[in-house]
Amino acid sequence: MRGWQLASFGLFFGLWELAGRWPISAAFPPFSTTFLALLEMLRDGSLGKAYLITAQPLLLGVALCGLAGIAFGIGMGLSRTVEWLSLPIFIILQAAPMAAIIPLLTYMYGIGLTSKVLAVIMLAAPVIVMNSYKGIRNTPPSLLQMCRSFQGSRRQEVVKIVLPHAAALIFTGLRLGLAMGFIGIVIAELLITPTGIGDLITYHSSVADYPKMFATIASIVAVAAISLHLLERLERRLFPSG
Amino acid sequence: MDEAIVEVKGVGKTYDNGVEALRDVNLAFPKGRLSTLLGPSGCGKTTLLKIIAGLLPSNAGEVWVKGRKVEGPGPERAFVFQDFALLPWADVLRNVAFGLELRGVARPEREKVARNYIEEVGLKGFEHRHPSQLSGGMRQRVGLARALTVDADIILMDEPFSSVDEQTRRKFQEDLLDLLRHHQKTVIFVTHSIEEAAYLSDQIALLSPRPGTVSKIVRPAVDHSRSPDEIRRDRGYLDTVDEIWSILRKYV
Repeated sequence: MRGWQLASFGLFFGLWELAGRWPISAAFPPFSTTFLALLEMLRDGSLGKAYLITAQPLLLGVALCGLAGIAFGIGMGLSRTVEWLSLPIFIILQAAPMAAIIPLLTYMYGIGLTSKVLAVIMLAAPVIVMNSYKGIRNTPPSLLQMCRSFQGSRRQEVVKIVLPHAAALIFTGLRLGLAMGFIGIVIAELLITPTGIGDLITYHSSVADYPKMFATIASIVAVAAISLHLLERLERRLFPSG
Repeated sequence: MDEAIVEVKGVGKTYDNGVEALRDVNLAFPKGRLSTLLGPSGCGKTTLLKIIAGLLPSNAGEVWVKGRKVEGPGPERAFVFQDFALLPWADVLRNVAFGLELRGVARPEREKVARNYIEEVGLKGFEHRHPSQLSGGMRQRVGLARALTVDADIILMDEPFSSVDEQTRRKFQEDLLDLLRHHQKTVIFVTHSIEEAAYLSDQIALLSPRPGTVSKIVRPAVDHSRSPDEIRRDRGYLDTVDEIWSILRKYV
């Protein structure tokens, strides 16, 4: 990490500390108190336990999207019929207000794991599908013509040109899908039933333990930011020309 | 004139949007020679080349190659693309060998052939570079080497030097003449450069624009066995350039 990035973090945490000590509100703890609360929760294991619970629907949802979503996106990219049938669904899903739709899931699928996985899928699927679809569709026409001019078969065209070309965009879709999945799982755990991270936030807010509540929220931001950053670095290593 | 290896008979092409690109084009391309399709932009010369390649269907007429009617791409024709059409994720070696890879030639064998042509086009030492690490001129050499590896009799080149700078272009033209003479290829070459056409060609078909049709066939009296500098000062070469310009200026 570069110096100016550290300085930027330092400035942010400093302002947070000042704002907490002012204080803006009794419910807004300074950075130092929040940080100590975070260490406390790491030590007593409550944070780790919460993440284990939250990770299940998140990873399950993103993995399902990864398999089915990529397959779907590739199908849409390769076949006009599949595109015609399904493109509208994903365009609508991308624009729909998810926080309003997620409570509907509880009516249909109850308050268990299924609803939460579905919440993650509804947020993550559109970006994963659309990226795969665009990756396939944006294959340069001259590469396809080149393949045909050397009498390549349709199968060779897909395997040797279309899919490798789309790989970088598909991976980007997965990364953005995970980012959306983080949003989905937090909304689901707050709106459906408080479990995992959502439970920690709800509980600490109900007993007015604001440092722990903020520490939980900050930890989600940190976990999401770090995992997405690592994926982005992996992406740059796998697809250097980008 | 030599025996025709490619014959275009009454070819017409109208695109789906109603634009008539070609009308009743009749042309014969002599075997072992370099023929040029020359004309202003929009005269359908690339369209005609792609029809000969079997990459585009025509609406009228037919194309015959080596006594067989063209229904699609074939092993006796290889195409060199204006934008190179190289796989950005593959190195030079794989790109050059790609035509053979599509034909199912085993890896050691196709790479051996590819290395040979990589050397011939002057890219030895660059086998493991990626296209993004090469200049425009070098990328087109990769495109040419790929077309040569499949050992087609006919090489179709679509404005291969248009995105290459002037100095590289001259050197490349000279190398091209050497290579083709050495390999006895028939070349059909699309260009909008009069000098390039006069310098390289045994036969030049001038196309008029919208709809494209053959307005004149010029056979430059240029002795290609002479040095490039001699050719560029040659009376026949200069006369050919003037003759072509006097026809093409009417379309500009």
